[in-house]
Amino acid sequence: MSISQRPGLTVTALDRLLGFAMAATVIAVGLGFCWILGAIVAQGLGQISLAFLLAEPSNAGREGGIAPMLVSTLLILGVCLAIALPLGLGTALLLAEFTITDQRLGRLVRRSLDFLAGVPSIVFGLFGNAFFSQVLGLGFSILSGGLTLACMVLPLLIRTTEEGLRAVPPSYRQGAAALGLSQTTTLFKIILPAAVPGLIAGLVLGMGRALAETAALIFTSGYVDRFPRSLMDSGRALSIHIFDLSMNIPGGDARAAASALVLLTLLLLLNLLAGALAQRWANSS
Amino acid sequence: MQTFEMSQLSSLRRAHRRDRILRHSLRLLGSITGLLVLLITLFVLQEAWPALQNLGFIRFWTDGSWHPLEGSFGLMPMVLGSGLIALGATAIATPLGLLSALFCQCYGPPLLVVPYRRLLELLAGIPSVVYGFWGLVVLVPQINRLHPPGQSLLAGTLILSLMILPTVALLAIASLAQIPSSYWQGAAALSLSRWTTLTRIILPSARSGLFTAVVLATGRALGETMAVLMVCGNVVQVPSSVFDPVRSLTANIALEMAYATGDHRAVLFVSGLVLLAIVAGLVVMAEGISNQGMSSESVIVHER
Repeated sequence: MSISQRPGLTVTALDRLLGFAMAATVIAVGLGFCWILGAIVAQGLGQISLAFLLAEPSNAGREGGIAPMLVSTLLILGVCLAIALPLGLGTALLLAEFTITDQRLGRLVRRSLDFLAGVPSIVFGLFGNAFFSQVLGLGFSILSGGLTLACMVLPLLIRTTEEGLRAVPPSYRQGAAALGLSQTTTLFKIILPAAVPGLIAGLVLGMGRALAETAALIFTSGYVDRFPRSLMDSGRALSIHIFDLSMNIPGGDARAAASALVLLTLLLLLNLLAGALAQRWANSS
Repeated sequence: MQTFEMSQLSSLRRAHRRDRILRHSLRLLGSITGLLVLLITLFVLQEAWPALQNLGFIRFWTDGSWHPLEGSFGLMPMVLGSGLIALGATAIATPLGLLSALFCQCYGPPLLVVPYRRLLELLAGIPSVVYGFWGLVVLVPQINRLHPPGQSLLAGTLILSLMILPTVALLAIASLAQIPSSYWQGAAALSLSRWTTLTRIILPSARSGLFTAVVLATGRALGETMAVLMVCGNVVQVPSSVFDPVRSLTANIALEMAYATGDHRAVLFVSGLVLLAIVAGLVVMAEGISNQGMSSESVIVHER
């Protein structure tokens, strides 16, 4: 009797241990998240004002604001999206809709995307510095930084977009084929409109990744902290501003926290906006 | 009548031509994407070539120290630094990530699972420079109080494990979600305990997906630059304890690229090449694991 019960007893003990470990993990991760967010809000919130968002930095960033960094960040993001969107959408369409006719090309592209997704951002920075800045002669510029980021966000953009396209039911395509619609019409009038939530998700994830990136930009778009005059001008992204203030400028911590808070808020707003857009699209169609 | 047919025919022809243009332009865009990897590898290789030619590949491992300005290019301490940080982070993040995934996918009450999942997604979205900043102003002073100097292998490992935890957890959730519910029902019908269900049924059948999650997270840890650069202290040395500062390969590139010229610059590209090779190895490994998983899964399906 006691022998047959013993395994049962240890098993319940293990079950309890498992439950305890899960609860502890969830609590620890939740606390860690709150700790990070709390520290940044506590240090940064007091610094933020309209003037902080609209002024140029002075005294190496210890005073003044972050307006030039916001402009540079948006310009870099714009360049990145202008290149990555058509390239990403085209590739995703090829991967999702032409699986039979272009099987071999598709497999090759997919494999290279898997690899590209794992390439460390600093290596993208090395490549961008060697290729865009030096070989193409763009120097340290917003254009060079944006192009480097475009290479970086492509895998994420393509994967999410492709998933969105695959989520469109096959009956849509069969229906279109039964009506004798051309491939082009099917794609632009039926598949793409139906896949919009997935496309928005891809866009937002790509934008988030680009906004968050630092290492790839240090040696491509540069450090200069005034307003960029053109796309060929160097511009300091917000993430680089945070890095520079906290590492190289003694007494820059408070402003770094404030900049980090602005960056986090931007990312959060982007996510909320995407959720709202996808929701609205789903309701209207 | 005839004109009607003619116009119909020409519109058909036009549609056909448009389709062809579409197909070709998509192929072109896809090819550009596919060639990007080649372009990146070739350029990093080309920039690294002078160093490989002048110094030879062996010297990066045999040179005793890293004094690039005096012509001594030992990459070993930094390779070791990168490896230790990544291994430590993976060792911490793997159990926590798996437990998080089990909580979300199997055991947690729905009321908590939804916000916890959202929290994991938010954690994945926090920029690495923000993690680094937090580590620098919050975590490093705490470690410093424990054992100076604070900027250390330990700080880097802790920050990185927090950073890759969402990667492990979210990928593990996805692979747990693919387990057929009949497995759970079967286990429940046999009145197996949670522990036995997990260790004998659920984890083995999700094995390949879970391994892939861990491998991809390790890759992310190895490639991470900013957080490691900000909290690890960046002293080129083989650490003798977890409180010693270390420098990773990625941090080395970020620190010295600004002023490196000639062979020095080329050696930084060599370290980029080393990183690329490691990533390629991990990707092949992940692919191998998931293929293996697929074939064993198909065996299970076949048996049923």
